[in-house]
Amino acid sequence: MLSRVADNLYWLARYLERAENLARLVEVNASLMLDLPKELAPGWQPLITITGAQDLFNERARDTSERAVVRFVVADEKNPGSMVASLACAREIARTIRDILPREVWEQVNELHLYVNEHAAEAISKRTRHAFLRHVTRGVQTITGMLEGIVNEGPALWFMAIGRSIERADMTSRFVDVRAVGMLPVHGSPLRPFATIQWMSVLRSLSAYHMYRLKTRQRVYPAGVVSFLLADDDFPRACVCSLRRAEEVLARLPNSARLLRRLSRVRRAISRTRFETLSPEALHGFIDRLQRALARTDDDVARTYFRGELTLARRGATQAQSAG
Amino acid sequence: MAISWHDYPAEPHFDELIGPGGVPREGARAVARHLEQLGSQELAVRQKAAEAAVKGMGITFTVYHEAGGSIDRSWPLDVIPRVIDAKEWRGIEAGLRQRAMALNKFIDDIYHDQRIVRDGIFPLEYLADSVNFRKQCVGISPPLGVWAHVCGSDLVRGGDGTMYVLEDNLRVPSGVSYMLENRQVIKRVFPELFEENTILPVDDYPSQLYDMLRAIAPPGVERPEVVVLTPGIYNSAYFEHAYLAQQMGCELVEGRDLAVDEEDFVFMRTIDGWSKVDVIYRRIDDLFLDPEAFRADSTLGVPGLMRAWRAGKVALANAPGAGVADDKLVYTFVPAMIKYYLGEEAILPNVPSFLCADPKQREYVLANLANLVVKPTNESGGYGMLMGPKSTEAERKEFAGLVRGNPRNYIAQPVVQISTTPTLIDDHLEPRHVDLRPFILSGADVQVTTGGLTRVAMRKGSLVVNSSQGGGSKDTWIVDGTS
Repeated sequence: MLSRVADNLYWLARYLERAENLARLVEVNASLMLDLPKELAPGWQPLITITGAQDLFNERARDTSERAVVRFVVADEKNPGSMVASLACAREIARTIRDILPREVWEQVNELHLYVNEHAAEAISKRTRHAFLRHVTRGVQTITGMLEGIVNEGPALWFMAIGRSIERADMTSRFVDVRAVGMLPVHGSPLRPFATIQWMSVLRSLSAYHMYRLKTRQRVYPAGVVSFLLADDDFPRACVCSLRRAEEVLARLPNSARLLRRLSRVRRAISRTRFETLSPEALHGFIDRLQRALARTDDDVARTYFRGELTLARRGATQAQSAG
Repeated sequence: MAISWHDYPAEPHFDELIGPGGVPREGARAVARHLEQLGSQELAVRQKAAEAAVKGMGITFTVYHEAGGSIDRSWPLDVIPRVIDAKEWRGIEAGLRQRAMALNKFIDDIYHDQRIVRDGIFPLEYLADSVNFRKQCVGISPPLGVWAHVCGSDLVRGGDGTMYVLEDNLRVPSGVSYMLENRQVIKRVFPELFEENTILPVDDYPSQLYDMLRAIAPPGVERPEVVVLTPGIYNSAYFEHAYLAQQMGCELVEGRDLAVDEEDFVFMRTIDGWSKVDVIYRRIDDLFLDPEAFRADSTLGVPGLMRAWRAGKVALANAPGAGVADDKLVYTFVPAMIKYYLGEEAILPNVPSFLCADPKQREYVLANLANLVVKPTNESGGYGMLMGPKSTEAERKEFAGLVRGNPRNYIAQPVVQISTTPTLIDDHLEPRHVDLRPFILSGADVQVTTGGLTRVAMRKGSLVVNSSQGGGSKDTWIVDGTS
């Protein structure tokens, strides 16, 4: 497979996954705003922090009102991390690899892109928001399902799986960082009575509430949620589970030994951590290191498969071949 | 509503399907009768079905947007086929083969001894001013002596029924994928006609192209790696590049996927490492192919590609420099070339042309601008032309200035009353002007597509067939009436 095609598949999956995560993020923040008393409500600023686009937001918007934030995160074409921009990129990429993707997949990506372009304004109005966001989440899940259902096992599927896993691990860790670190219980804080609602919302934002209950058989409590989202082996959006999927797939690709070693080191570091004992600062530091490790993994994947230079080693190999 | 060919206004042009008195032409009888029976309402239903099929199969072409982006549009296809009798086609085919052979000999001669210049057939000064002559190609001998491996020649039929060659496209001619896809769609829409008639198949093309590309591999390479090189998705013919790569089972690469090493071998970057490439079917213009040799600012090309080609380590189709014969001034010499290189008379005539480079002919052109079509010698796609009979005084004045300023750059031709064929307009059939682009493959031997891509000007009276300017297309049927 051509490196450029693999690169495109990897990013196609990342952009689609990002669009889905943004839809979840907006949805849950909106419902949290309804559940909490005004003085305790987190407002809309956390969405900007999670997406890591503070500087651009400051340029593009005047305040952190609901309207401004949702517009920026969902509908602003000039924000490369927005939903419309992610889907526009996904659509452009899908177009360049139409010969690799089944037609249904291309059509679904195309339709979703067109839908979001036409209907993005519906995310801003409270009345229409839910239906819009659900359409996006389902649209991406339809594509993910199609890929599972009708694409041959092979590099195309694998590179998409790696992209999806890394994006998931990255986004989940951001959710935990921003929503959890700020909410870790501080003794005597008036947050206490509403803490459960907030932690439930963190789980719900990742569709993890039900699975959390099934798996842990425990009530919702801070360290339990953090540990579930970061370190669970079986929940598909948990960091450890996502990374393990990436490892499984990488093991089937050539030249992956070094990448696999690094990735499993990161995964084991998460699994070993006892989150109950971490202070908010320590947790933040931990997630910071995790995100840097994920960025390095992204870079490693690119260097191994997408951007290799035509080197002396390659020429050596040609000579050896012709000599042999 | 039933169709009656007696009411069809074929006159005053030559109609491809219906002859004088509403009588269908040779080879077209069965088709004309069938269309008559179907009636126009049913035809409109079939047209809808064809449009749905085009959409469903994702057959698109790219139009550049004024705002800067580009959009993918559904390919326009009219369901009424354009029919040519097999007997006539065999003559056209022989003419095209002859033409491609002479053109290849000309290009090879121009980059070597220039015998045709020394023998006084082709004037040296015309060559010196050619924008498509590449000095980087002088002295190079590509495998089999072939330069223009894929040639798309545009044919038009005049009012007298004669088929003329309008131009030869020897750089990166496109359209063949639409010829193939049109057939797929029309087979679905008119299955009964394919059962009843002997309509010669067109689907061999991708395998013929692949065989030709393998045949031009550097000597000694047993299982050559063939790739298609595209400028990328923003190119108007991207659909075709992807289609042909897929049909041939080759990689579709962009310039950035390739690199040339110090031993002048070409490699493509894959997830398993670098892999050697032997033959490149390139769909990038010469000047963008290699920033080391041509335009240094090209980001579409591959640094060192010309070096690899000159060293014979990779084959390029079409060869760089082949465009030297893709020039309307050179075009006027093709009949002379056929005689000079092959010792034969041209089977297919050119449209009579006046060379503005020649002082006497130029004076005639300038005096008769209102009756002539003036064309720049190095443009394609119908750009930069003057349509004399439809021009304004101001346009003619402007063109007179252009011609005087750079006579080498223009030729002029009388307006050809190009033929029409029945086309579905809303719910009835009307004559519309058509041309034909067959494709000629030159490798170890020369092969011509069965028919070609018929383009149709959808606006009444219009002669503009380009899809970017409102043109449509038709399936082209070579019908064998003898079997």
